[in-house]
Amino acid sequence: MLHLVNKSPYDGSNLNTATSIMKSGDTLLLIEDGVYGAVKAGKAASLLEGHTVSVLGPDLAARGITKDKLADGINVVDYAGFVDMVEANDKVQSWL
Amino acid sequence: MKFTIQVNEGPYQHQSADTAYHFAKAALDKGHEIFRIFFYHDGVNNGTRLTTPPQDDRNIVNRWSELAREHDIDMVLCVAAAQRRGIVDDGEAERNGKDATNIAPGFRISGLGQLIEGGIESDRTIVFGD
Repeated sequence: MLHLVNKSPYDGSNLNTATSIMKSGDTLLLIEDGVYGAVKAGKAASLLEGHTVSVLGPDLAARGITKDKLADGINVVDYAGFVDMVEANDKVQSWL
Repeated sequence: MKFTIQVNEGPYQHQSADTAYHFAKAALDKGHEIFRIFFYHDGVNNGTRLTTPPQDDRNIVNRWSELAREHDIDMVLCVAAAQRRGIVDDGEAERNGKDATNIAPGFRISGLGQLIEGGIESDRTIVFGD
């Protein structure tokens, strides 16, 4: 299953909820303000540990977050990569 | 693969209308099919042709209309959401006694059954909203 989180972890509990419900084999994609959750120095980065996490590159760039600021092991994808992730997962859950 | 996309937010207020558009475009570029785009709640505001954003800004409504025309995409506005927000086509104008219409090219007004059918007929349904 693919989980989409589009809220900053500092603006609600969506990332917390998604990561606590994710099962082995699930993937998380951070989009829109959700990309703030991928910042290495952020206190939310620990929520991502042990999960397969990607982040949408154009949304990172729009917020001035460079790749060197990301937590370790996070994959950066473009919209084409986003489409591939939807194709690869039989269900998509948006944590709105 | 067939996708149905649901958009729950209006243009310019939240990023979801932009994300949904870029996702749809990327999916089409990769050879996938968009079975339907269903606009729900404030998302129906994506379908009024009366918007005039500044010339140096993206025109979100026209962008949807062009995408629908180029790729023959079925774009549906939820009828109950559209009635509440004043998005009107010829049929709704007549039914509800309105003196104007504002629906943009490529959009049509219908019911929630269209969303359910999209979920059944498509391989994936993706929701964009706030």
